[in-house]
Amino acid sequence: MIWEVFRRERKGQAFEHAGSIVAPDSEFAEAWAREQYGRRGESVGLWLVPRDAIHDVEDWADEFDLKYRRVDGYSIKARLKEARERASSRPR
Amino acid sequence: MGDEQAFLEDVQAGGQVETTDWMPDEYRARLIKFIEMHGNSELMGVLPEREWILRAPTLQRKLALTAKVQDEVGHAQLIYRVVEDLGKPRERCLADLVDGKAKFHNVFHYPTKTWGDVGVIAWLVDAAAIISQKALLKCSYAPYARIMKKICWEESFHILHGRDVILAMVTGTPEQFELVQEALNRWWWPLMQFHGNPIPKDEDPMYVWRIKSQGNEEARQQFLEGYVPQIWELGLTVPDPKLRRRDDGTWEYTEPDWSELKHVVTGHGPKTEERLAFRRRFLEQEQWVRDTVLAA
Repeated sequence: MIWEVFRRERKGQAFEHAGSIVAPDSEFAEAWAREQYGRRGESVGLWLVPRDAIHDVEDWADEFDLKYRRVDGYSIKARLKEARERASSRPR
Repeated sequence: MGDEQAFLEDVQAGGQVETTDWMPDEYRARLIKFIEMHGNSELMGVLPEREWILRAPTLQRKLALTAKVQDEVGHAQLIYRVVEDLGKPRERCLADLVDGKAKFHNVFHYPTKTWGDVGVIAWLVDAAAIISQKALLKCSYAPYARIMKKICWEESFHILHGRDVILAMVTGTPEQFELVQEALNRWWWPLMQFHGNPIPKDEDPMYVWRIKSQGNEEARQQFLEGYVPQIWELGLTVPDPKLRRRDDGTWEYTEPDWSELKHVVTGHGPKTEERLAFRRRFLEQEQWVRDTVLAA
């Protein structure tokens, strides 16, 4: 059975994928992962997840052009320039 | 075919590949062969050092050497996992290794005659290895590149341990100094062969597919630039009268014996048979452990 190992390096940090191990059950997996990913105190937490339990989401199609949801969907340079020019020519 | 060309262009532009991504058969085959050889080298590489665990001069050295051996075996485990996910089970890698069908690095085919060898291996062989491994941090196959982070981190401890062993000896008695010099004399040529013959990197399929991110000669030059000054500053002599740093910063050296390299890595090194026999014996002897643990 393959277990994916996620490791937290320091408190406050996110768990990050570290690698995988082969072990028949969670007890073996824990012993094994502690040895492989924690014997120098390099982890403050480990998550062991059976590979089969991971639901993989792929294929991020962008048929609807979702740029309006992102910063790269907005180009304000030209408009900002024009706005500044108009502002400076406006009588005060 | 079109896909293969697009794949090649993508990896050459710095693109990275995951296990579940489509990849050309040739790329997969080359990855398996290369990564498997790396795993084999980690596993076989502990044997020369293992011979000195019981003979280590102090308890501190014994503990450090044991830790290093554990690290290297751990690297083999990580690396074989990557090979397994590419389609070749670990059991088959181990079977091919003990049957003499798979290769491992040239330096692990040689004897460790004295404690001086242990220092030279931990310092300079690991230094040469870390140069290759650091270049693999940029490997186009991402799962391999990722485990290299942990491997490089642990190797840096090995180099320091090796340097400490060497420093203790060169600041010791004349006999101890001589032990280091004598070990260096024997290890120099295998070290010079370690990064492979100087084929242009664009003709090296491993570079073309961006499995490696640098050419063989580039790696060797990096080794010379980094470590020859460190060897010299200790008063040690490198056994190559031609060795010198040119004005342009590249190193000139006597051409290593490439036929010897080929002979050694194809299973004809001075310790090849003995070490493979050792592995074979333990693989058989401990079959029941794997059967029991993995059968659950």
